[in-house]
Amino acid sequence: MAVTVSLLAGLAKLLSGSTVRWIDCQPDTCQRIYFANHTSHLDALVLWASLPRELQPLTRPVAAKDYWDRGPIRRHLAKSFNVMLIDRTKVKVHQSPVEMMIREMSDRYSLIVFPEGGRSSGEEVGEFKSGLYYLGKKRPDLELVPVYMENLNRVLPRGEVLPVPLLSCISIGAPIWLEAGESKSDFLLRARDAVCRLREL
Amino acid sequence: MMDAAFSHAVVWLSLMQNDQQPDVIHTQIYWLLGVVLGLLVIAYVTGRLMKRYPDHSLNPAMIEQFNHRIRVWWLMGAIFVAGFLMGRATTIILFGCISFWALREFITMTPTRRGDHRTLFWVFFFFTPLQYALISFSRDTYAQWFGDSSRDFYGVYSIVIPVYALLFIPMRIAFSDDPKRFLERSAKIQSGLFICVYCLSYAPALLNLSLRTSAGEPWGDLDSHLPNAGLLFYFILIVQLGDVLQYLWSRLAGRRVIAPKINASRTWEGLLGGVTSTTVVGALLWWATPFQFWQAACMSMVVATMGFGGSMVMSAIKRDRGVADYGTLVQGHHGVLDRIDSLCFAAPVFYHLTRYFFSQVY
Repeated sequence: MAVTVSLLAGLAKLLSGSTVRWIDCQPDTCQRIYFANHTSHLDALVLWASLPRELQPLTRPVAAKDYWDRGPIRRHLAKSFNVMLIDRTKVKVHQSPVEMMIREMSDRYSLIVFPEGGRSSGEEVGEFKSGLYYLGKKRPDLELVPVYMENLNRVLPRGEVLPVPLLSCISIGAPIWLEAGESKSDFLLRARDAVCRLREL
Repeated sequence: MMDAAFSHAVVWLSLMQNDQQPDVIHTQIYWLLGVVLGLLVIAYVTGRLMKRYPDHSLNPAMIEQFNHRIRVWWLMGAIFVAGFLMGRATTIILFGCISFWALREFITMTPTRRGDHRTLFWVFFFFTPLQYALISFSRDTYAQWFGDSSRDFYGVYSIVIPVYALLFIPMRIAFSDDPKRFLERSAKIQSGLFICVYCLSYAPALLNLSLRTSAGEPWGDLDSHLPNAGLLFYFILIVQLGDVLQYLWSRLAGRRVIAPKINASRTWEGLLGGVTSTTVVGALLWWATPFQFWQAACMSMVVATMGFGGSMVMSAIKRDRGVADYGTLVQGHHGVLDRIDSLCFAAPVFYHLTRYFFSQVY
């Protein structure tokens, strides 16, 4: 399992030629939610592989259970990377995805989430789903860290299997928090802006 | 990504290594290497001293740039030493890796669309390794396969990209059903492949020539570990010298900028002074080549002029895309393309002049 992880992480970094920029933010073991734009299958893998080695076991990508639980290869991958699988289909009152994430991350793990809810096909960052807002509301101590992943959609776009080895850049920005009395739509817009702004820096 | 290029190339290793023995390299190369190494050490020490005892009349950014250039040369030197020690196959693989990396920078900078994805895959993983594989096949391999010892693969590697790849690229893009900016996208991928891969590959292709002097005498140690290494080294040295000398002339005497919108630091004085002084230095090094004094002068002049032109073209592409240099394209990467632009443009011309006038063409 460790072999799968280091092999895939190394390969993904090599193929995506990624550079990591920490802008007004430093690697830390405190609990964080990294939220990023989502354009490629490589996103979670490359972001995870770009974190310092000591943070990797503490950071778990969040993914949809209905997609990653299909077939032995996907299951093996999800298990190797300690992916937090969230069931999108069975949403109940005390079983909502946000509740499950908070329970699973306890006081130890950080998460990688893609609040657009799915891979977008172009440069544009889509509307954010409300999960990030509820995470920030229920756990005000979490640092919400915006991440912009550039050019990965060209390395491995949606619907392609074979990658093209271009250079990409991952920008990790200053954390944000839910302000007192901030409405859901305001917060989600601000979070989306925080991701988009990293593109210009 | 280096691995990918590597694994493609490693396949051919066994094919080529049968005729190689660690032999004595031409003595002239040792002389040339020694002189260059001495100059590099002097440059390195000067750069360090300038950094430690700053002279306030000098711009610190300029010193940093100088030191960066010296570091790149040490890297080039290291590649060369690796080539000398490990032979022809390694040298060609290393050039292949440089091409691959440069193409990566080129395509990253030029916007392509979703529909180009599979075309790009072919370009990176088929045409690039193919070109270097063809160059790596020696005349012996050709004889082994086709039983004809009088030819090599020149007829294939000189046209496979400029004819077949250039036809293939728009075809594959057309199949992807996206007509937007079709011609522009095809042209971008075509020029990337042409400049970064095809043109650069002519530098290691020099290793394939059977060199003759203009009097028809065989030149060089054909049985050596890395035949023609001296000529390849001479070529790269002249290109790099041309770069530096035109820069110095532009700084010291530059008045009339050639094309301010394309590159504000390249002047007519830099071009003339650079080409003239490179010609003189190149001619003075004639003893390391199959050329006579005046022939070496002509070769150096052509190489310096082409190198200058290549840098201008790359500047134009960069200005069009609004980036300062390929190194800042993605932070933390030092632009490979910035360093080899002049090499790419000079290599095919130097190769062909040498092939027609100073080698036995089969």
